Amino acid sequence: MTDENENQGIPEPEGATDLIETDFDIGQDNIEGRVGPFGFDIHNPVFMISGLSVIAFVAYALIAPTQAGDFFGWLRPALTSTFDWFFLSAANIFVIFCLVLIVLPLGKVRLGGADATPDYSYLGWFAMLFAAGMGIGLMFFGVLEPAYYFGTPWGDEPLGAIRPFDEDGNLIAANVQEARRMALAATSYHWALHPWAIYAVVALALALFSYNKGLPLSIRSAFFPILGERVWGWWGHVIDTVAVFATLFGLATSLGLGAQQANAGLEYVYGIPNTINAQVILIIGITAVALVSVLRGLDGGVKVLSEINMGLAVLLLIFVLFAAGAGVILTEFGRGLLAYAQEVIPLSNPVGREDDGYRQGWTAFYWAWWISWSPFVGMFIARVSRGRTVREFITCVLIIPSLVCILWMAVFGGAAINDMVANTDDSAVMANVITSYSPELSLFAMLESLPLASITSTIGIVLVIVFFVTSSDSGSLVIDTITAGGKIDAPVPQRVFWCTFEGLVAIALLVGGGLSSLQAMVISTGLPFTIVLLLMCWAIFQGLRSEPR
Amino acid sequence: MFKRIMIPVDLAHEGNLERALQVACDLSSHYGAELVYVGVTGETPSSVAHTPAEFAAKLETFAKEETKARGGGSARAHTITAHDPAVEIDKLLEKAATDLGADLVVMGSHIPSRFDFSSHGGHVANHATCSVMLVRDQ
Repeated sequence: MTDENENQGIPEPEGATDLIETDFDIGQDNIEGRVGPFGFDIHNPVFMISGLSVIAFVAYALIAPTQAGDFFGWLRPALTSTFDWFFLSAANIFVIFCLVLIVLPLGKVRLGGADATPDYSYLGWFAMLFAAGMGIGLMFFGVLEPAYYFGTPWGDEPLGAIRPFDEDGNLIAANVQEARRMALAATSYHWALHPWAIYAVVALALALFSYNKGLPLSIRSAFFPILGERVWGWWGHVIDTVAVFATLFGLATSLGLGAQQANAGLEYVYGIPNTINAQVILIIGITAVALVSVLRGLDGGVKVLSEINMGLAVLLLIFVLFAAGAGVILTEFGRGLLAYAQEVIPLSNPVGREDDGYRQGWTAFYWAWWISWSPFVGMFIARVSRGRTVREFITCVLIIPSLVCILWMAVFGGAAINDMVANTDDSAVMANVITSYSPELSLFAMLESLPLASITSTIGIVLVIVFFVTSSDSGSLVIDTITAGGKIDAPVPQRVFWCTFEGLVAIALLVGGGLSSLQAMVISTGLPFTIVLLLMCWAIFQGLRSEPR
Repeated sequence: MFKRIMIPVDLAHEGNLERALQVACDLSSHYGAELVYVGVTGETPSSVAHTPAEFAAKLETFAKEETKARGGGSARAHTITAHDPAVEIDKLLEKAATDLGADLVVMGSHIPSRFDFSSHGGHVANHATCSVMLVRDQ
């Protein structure tokens, strides 16, 4: 390949790389034109098929809500409980693959060419990684998940851990320590190495094939080593369309469900009534801010919002840390890390386990969920990661976010468990997670147990809302790029279209019903994408091997 | 009158530039002004080039060939890379005019419709401190 490049006279990106020679010209399948005052430049047929299939599924969910609900409500759990071993094994492979890349000499390859320099500072980069991929989940599950595992009376304890409460809900002091340890380990397992390895694989594949190999920034490019020139035809169209479809529905359904959660939080904290109208207003507000953000672009909008959000999240973290007793919680972080290290192998064992409720209901669900989000988050990470070496990239996308997530879970979960232990009978966390299951209130219930609850709850609600904005704007950029055949400079009205479309889909599903069933459908796409990701590992390996180091 | 003329070019849509290029070359030879071709590219592969370096090389060639063919004066190329070219282009062109010390910007432009969403020429004409000449494509 290298020789051909020299013959063709294509200069190296920045320093040596190994460009792939292909007959495909970026944008050759695009249609350009104008609709009224708006210019467009879209990939044919990915743009139209993605848009129309989204409309078709929304229509299906609205016209036959019961059937759609029954079908996807059956499909998702059926997949995660039948293929739990597959999800668990695949996620383990991704983690091992990434860790191996750090130590192999292949890790020296630099994304964007041997002499490329990083586009973003570490701070801006981290802020965008978190805000796009996980921020909203940390807000929702940070309290819920550890508190749930700690107190669950439903028999889905991780690894069948011991319960700290007896049948009548009285504390069994002797079991608290062990149950707390397992709750933190089991939560960290879902938020540390495994999910970030999933994102890292997709991001690395896209960054490598785009910056170093000269292929368009689109999901299909990662399949060039496997499919060859066929990726520019229907194979590629299908891959890209499914990615757009999963991203758009993933964002729209979490936006709709998120509006319900934010509204529940607003009701809990301020007494603002929980109504469809209020939720629609929230979605419109979030979409409007996301629109401003995409209009201001990657640096002026997405990055700025991500940094503001990370700043706020760090403030909240520090507050909870000190309010709940820094010494106690930092010890908890140490214990959490240790527990994670001790339990990660038994927890990730795919076979011969008895804890179906945890393994199938939580772990396999999470893995399918992360994987269905990986085209979006991976592509966004790729977009902002040029100039890093593979080793640097994996350390920063895998190791550091994992530590941050374990810390977050130890602080928020630790504070929640402390409250459950100290005030078992009148703990708000206990009431909202175990006694009656209202997951969307868990964060606010925990904050209520600490001082200054009215201020911190407000910060909590702002964070929840802005994290939705930061997922929504980066998602719109990703969808826009894929549907423009990998062009990042398609006319701006196109990203406005996708951002608005996402808000409209969320509103349609919220008002008409169907959020949960379509979210189940999105998560179901995790199964085929798992196979896709496994193939990507092989493609990355092939791609890296041919790079000069 | 003019010492340095900046001409922003979109290598993906060379066809629309026909008249602007001719005007810029005529002016440069008339006033003995230097021509600077300015191109903005993202860092991902695009329809024009696989890498920013390839883009710069193409712009260089484009500048040389067009100037020669149209009888312009001395010419050079200036490539700007951007994280998000679609939204940054207006500001980047405005800044380039200042940084390069251009005293005239000649830009291709389409006939505006009633609500024009993205008029790069309009932005530069509104904000640049130097003279700006917008040349309609027909």
